[in-house]
Amino acid sequence: MKNKENQMKLYLPSLSINESVARSAVAVFVAQLNPTIEEISDIKCAVSEAVTNSIVHGYKFCQGEIYIGVKYYSDRTVVIEIKDKGCGIEDVKLAMTPLFTTDTTGERSGMGFAVMQTFMDNLEVYSKKDKGVRIVMEKKLK
Amino acid sequence: MNTESLVVSCENGILKARVLGDIDHHCAKPIREKIDDYIFKYKPDLVLLDLSLVEFMDSSGLGLILGRFNTANEIGADFKIYSPSRGVRKILELAGIERLIKIEGELRG
Ligand SMILES: Nc1ncnc2c1ncn2[C@@H]1O[C@H](COP(=O)(O)OP(=O)(O)O)[C@@H](O)[C@H]1O
Ligand SMILES: [Mg+2]
Repeated sequence: MKNKENQMKLYLPSLSINESVARSAVAVFVAQLNPTIEEISDIKCAVSEAVTNSIVHGYKFCQGEIYIGVKYYSDRTVVIEIKDKGCGIEDVKLAMTPLFTTDTTGERSGMGFAVMQTFMDNLEVYSKKDKGVRIVMEKKLK
Repeated sequence: MNTESLVVSCENGILKARVLGDIDHHCAKPIREKIDDYIFKYKPDLVLLDLSLVEFMDSSGLGLILGRFNTANEIGADFKIYSPSRGVRKILELAGIERLIKIEGELRG
């Protein structure tokens, strides 16, 4: 990835209004690299998924803080880290299965991780029950 | 009806619901509640979800679409999506929505 060129750190309370704040802020930051429309749209979507998950699932029963870190390197790799201190995930592999959801309202599709995986080049999810979730995703821009 | 997020009209058995702006988890709730209310109120033959003015949608939109598809089915109405942007199309394709729901309208950037 060569040298780190720039970075941004953002802390937001887990209010659903901040879903759009988070993805827009990341889009503005990444715009420095002159990404394509598709690249920026992919990144916004992946960030929206991760932040929404922290709000909807991680902090389902209590409000908390979400960390969003973005860095880019001289080879145009963008690395995005999103962390919460919510309820965590017991079985990460199962949670990442397309269509899997623990939601009971019937309004979630279980496609969030699939979107992050497809729209980014690399996705890593670290979590333990009650220990929150840490997501690291990467995309190399053209 | 005209609010910030949705314009709904019903003519000749066609309920048109045009979404204005982004579709994410935050704004999905009022949109889906309004569309469902109108579906039950007008009992249309066809529900047309117009996405021509939606620039951004994440997987919360998939839940919204599938949920409204089910509401339409409940009252025996057809359901179609109209004119999604390229970005929206990408996520519809990922979820295989077009196997279930007809997508109409020209391809747009
Ligand atoms: N930050 C998080 N904290 C706790 N659980 C999570 C988190 N992110 C994801 N999950 C779990 O993983 C499941 C799958 O997530 P996702 O693919 O985004 O689908 P959805 O959000 O539609 O349920 C969620 O239903 C939830 O159980
Ligand atoms: Mg999700």
